[in-house]
Amino acid sequence: MIDYTVGEDIVDRAAPDGPIEARWDTRRFTAKLVNPSNRRKHRIIVVGTGLAGGSAGATLAEQGYQVVQFCFQDSPRRAHSVAAQGGINAAKDYRNDGDSIHRLFYDTVKGGDFRSRESNVYRLAQVSVEIIDQCVAQGVPFAREYGGLLDNRSFGGVQVSRTFYARGQTGQQLLIGAYQALSRQIAAGNIEMHPRTEMLDLIVIDGRARGIVARDLITGEVRTYLADAVVLATGGYGNIFYLSTNAKGSNATAIWRAHRRGAYLANPCYTQIHPTCIPRSGEHQSKLTLMSESLRNDGRIWVPKRKGDTRAPNEIPEDERDYYLERIYPSFGNLVPRDIASRAAKNQCDEGRGVGPGGLGVYLDFADAIARLGRDAVEARYGNLFDMYQRITGENPYEVPMRIYPAIHYAMGGLWVDYDLQSNLAGLFVIGEANFSDHGANRLGASALMQGLADGYFVLPATINDYLARGGLDPVGPEDPAVRQVQSEALDRLQRLLSVRGERTVDSFHRELGALLWDKCGMARSDESLRDALERIPKLREQFWQSVTVPGTGAELNQELEKANRVADFLEFAELLALDALVRTESCGGHFRVESQTPDGEARRDDENFSHVAAWEFGGDGRGPVLHKEPLQFDYVHPTQRSYA
Amino acid sequence: MNLTLRIWRQPGPDAGGSMVTYQVSDVSPDMSFLEVLDVLNERLIRAGEQPVAFDHDCREGICGSCAMVINGRPHGPEQTTTTCQLHLRSFRDGDVIDVEPWRARPFPVIKDLVVDRSAFDRIISSGGYITSPTGSAPEAHSILVPKPVADLAFENATCIGCGACVAACPNGSAMLFTAAKVAHLNSLPQGQPERESRVLSMVATMDAEGFGGCTNTGECAAACPKGIPLSSIANLNREYLHALRAGRA
Ligand SMILES: Cc1cc2nc3c(=O)[nH]c(=O)nc-3n(C[C@H](O)[C@H](O)[C@H](O)COP(=O)(O)OP(=O)(O)OC[C@H]3O[C@@H](n4cnc5c(N)ncnc54)[C@H](O)[C@@H]3O)c2cc1C
Ligand code: SF4
Ligand code: FES
Repeated sequence: MIDYTVGEDIVDRAAPDGPIEARWDTRRFTAKLVNPSNRRKHRIIVVGTGLAGGSAGATLAEQGYQVVQFCFQDSPRRAHSVAAQGGINAAKDYRNDGDSIHRLFYDTVKGGDFRSRESNVYRLAQVSVEIIDQCVAQGVPFAREYGGLLDNRSFGGVQVSRTFYARGQTGQQLLIGAYQALSRQIAAGNIEMHPRTEMLDLIVIDGRARGIVARDLITGEVRTYLADAVVLATGGYGNIFYLSTNAKGSNATAIWRAHRRGAYLANPCYTQIHPTCIPRSGEHQSKLTLMSESLRNDGRIWVPKRKGDTRAPNEIPEDERDYYLERIYPSFGNLVPRDIASRAAKNQCDEGRGVGPGGLGVYLDFADAIARLGRDAVEARYGNLFDMYQRITGENPYEVPMRIYPAIHYAMGGLWVDYDLQSNLAGLFVIGEANFSDHGANRLGASALMQGLADGYFVLPATINDYLARGGLDPVGPEDPAVRQVQSEALDRLQRLLSVRGERTVDSFHRELGALLWDKCGMARSDESLRDALERIPKLREQFWQSVTVPGTGAELNQELEKANRVADFLEFAELLALDALVRTESCGGHFRVESQTPDGEARRDDENFSHVAAWEFGGDGRGPVLHKEPLQFDYVHPTQRSYA
Repeated sequence: MNLTLRIWRQPGPDAGGSMVTYQVSDVSPDMSFLEVLDVLNERLIRAGEQPVAFDHDCREGICGSCAMVINGRPHGPEQTTTTCQLHLRSFRDGDVIDVEPWRARPFPVIKDLVVDRSAFDRIISSGGYITSPTGSAPEAHSILVPKPVADLAFENATCIGCGACVAACPNGSAMLFTAAKVAHLNSLPQGQPERESRVLSMVATMDAEGFGGCTNTGECAAACPKGIPLSSIANLNREYLHALRAGRA
């Protein structure tokens, strides 16, 4: 469906004016406070226990609010934030290497290809400093130097060392910190925690978010939960591509259902592809595993010059290899940014020079590094990654070059929020990867963990006070017809999924959708491919509702039903993703339109026509959505074009 | 490859269970163990049968969701490898493989291979944290942590809460899990103020949840996918005695 209408422009009314350095202070000062003794009277629903939800739930409970919290895993500690490897940025300038809040702000706006809001990004950089203090106080075991000081490393796209890390397990350690703070509040009775419980819909009454419908995944009971405000911290939607570095349960249901209830969805076409993931090994592949970007410091990327060359890599002589990144980008070589490295690999494979099963891979070769530095030095730098690679592929990367291929990794798009992290629906707050707020069209490495914790520990707890203090909330009970209505719609839908009893599995649809999106709306998108996708997605959705099969009943642990419900939402979400990509005819960050490139093949932005956030309003089933543009303004960083040749 | 899987099927918490035999053919050595279950499940679904329920999420060895006893060993035959990271190349064509849930009283079976591990969450919430409400933290560099201490804390903090240690232990003890958290937090300067109360209340919760005592068989550390060392248990015992002597419950 290609029809959509353009609605009125929108603005972020919550962001204060004045010098950018003072805006967050100003907002905190103007925000109304809730008297500590009154906080107990407010219930807040938090969906999600990742870095964003975990930190928010703990902090709100510490402040004295009654928190009701949800996650679909069996424990809050398993949210997918746990899988983040590399690190978390903060403008501490412990290295004395010229870092500052302003520089982190600048790098992030530029890294996002000038598609994010200056006010938000500046605040993120300011708050980053407090995050590290908070995490250290909780006992997060960051890497240390011998003197006991915190260690830092560098990440892509920047020239300073500002990344804090805990070996290759930074996300796990930060999440455990938040989980432990959350656990303390659960024991204190300030948080009612519902693990293995999945949000199915949002309850909106008089234009305000007042609760959710959720299913107990063990008993199957579908219940309503009511509150004064709802916080969504449900993570990213990258799993829509089926094969991604996300967890198997990662989904878009919460944000998609909120969208259908009126919340704007911003920039859904901004998805990030990571260049160095382990390629799929066959049809059975169920997910992809990331290999750290740091490998590109010493590994050399190449493919055979001859198409369809099936010789083992060690049998291909030097002059029959194409080190294409070094050839095309002589000054940056193997260290070009993520999007460039990803597209170049795809081009090689599309031209038939890919290696490994299905020709979907390129070599990342450490032979030169081993000859130059010795095997021990390479092992000291990358040993754990080499082990992980070997565990998955069964190949020894000290002897045979690694095979890598790009994979979907992160979603910059998400629900639209203002400076207060509140959506256009009053009382609905969205934090972490689920919102669209800070990364523009491309996220820099180590900045998602920073954003999740900034939102949860510091930003949301300050701004949600203002909403609650303004009052005006009428009491709502479970018998309210509006509440009953949403609950029965959710139940009906589950019943419909169970009653199709067709002949295809849920996974087969998810795989097909993923392949379609990857093909038509992945690394390179064109008018033709997107129109094709928009033609095919509704058909696939129709087929799904005609021929999916979900065994069992709704009144039990039914993992197929869980999946079916998520995939049904992906099938709707996908259409908006492709439409957004079609409408944005420029290239920017992770969104590459083949029609919009520079002579040397780089993304060409079109600031005149596209320097805005695309915020989509749901138009109703079978009707096109409404596009609202939020113009972006740059007062502190001047937009420029990137070049890496 | 062709394999025979004998899988524990149990429709619900109160229902009886039994091992059911399935043949899977034409699977590749590059497949992960969970991908074999995916293939089997798709086949069962198409045949109108109930698929095998099992917990999993990240499929990269870090979330701690996956949990299967494979041929009698929690997480299967490979050292320091979770079930989701186990690949078929660790098996041989024609193998018969038994797949069962964690078996321990405090981890009741919910369905098939899915068990309830919420007792672990309650052990953590009884003291497995450092009290530091948001906003109260001092500047990070005001707390120096010598590298060896940081490394020790980190090594223990890598526990993924999977429960393999309990499943491996003949007594169903949760000592390794609890010890890892105590070693993580009690070794750090930030953890000192709650050092005694933490260990006393975590151990009390562990006992109250019905986990067994430790008889030093060491099966836990052998099964642990994150290599949490047995020495952490000795440390837990020292911390516990110290706390009792200090008389600070
Ligand atoms: C492999 C990998 C490596 C990464 N490495 C880095 C890195 O080094 N540095 C960095 O900065 N970023 C990294 N990222 C990105 C970063 O990890 C994520 O963006 C971030 O952790 C997301 O946090 P979150 O709290 O928003 O969501 P998540 O951690 O995904 O949490 C989502 C929560 O919502 C719950 N939930 C979802 N849907 C529902 C529902 N319908 N009902 C109930 N509950 C629901 C889940 O149970 C979960 O608790 C990486 C990402 C991946 C995948
Ligand atoms: S100690 Fe090891 S086996 Fe036990 S829960 Fe932690 S990671 Fe799992
Ligand atoms: S599925 Fe996450 S550790 Fe195995």
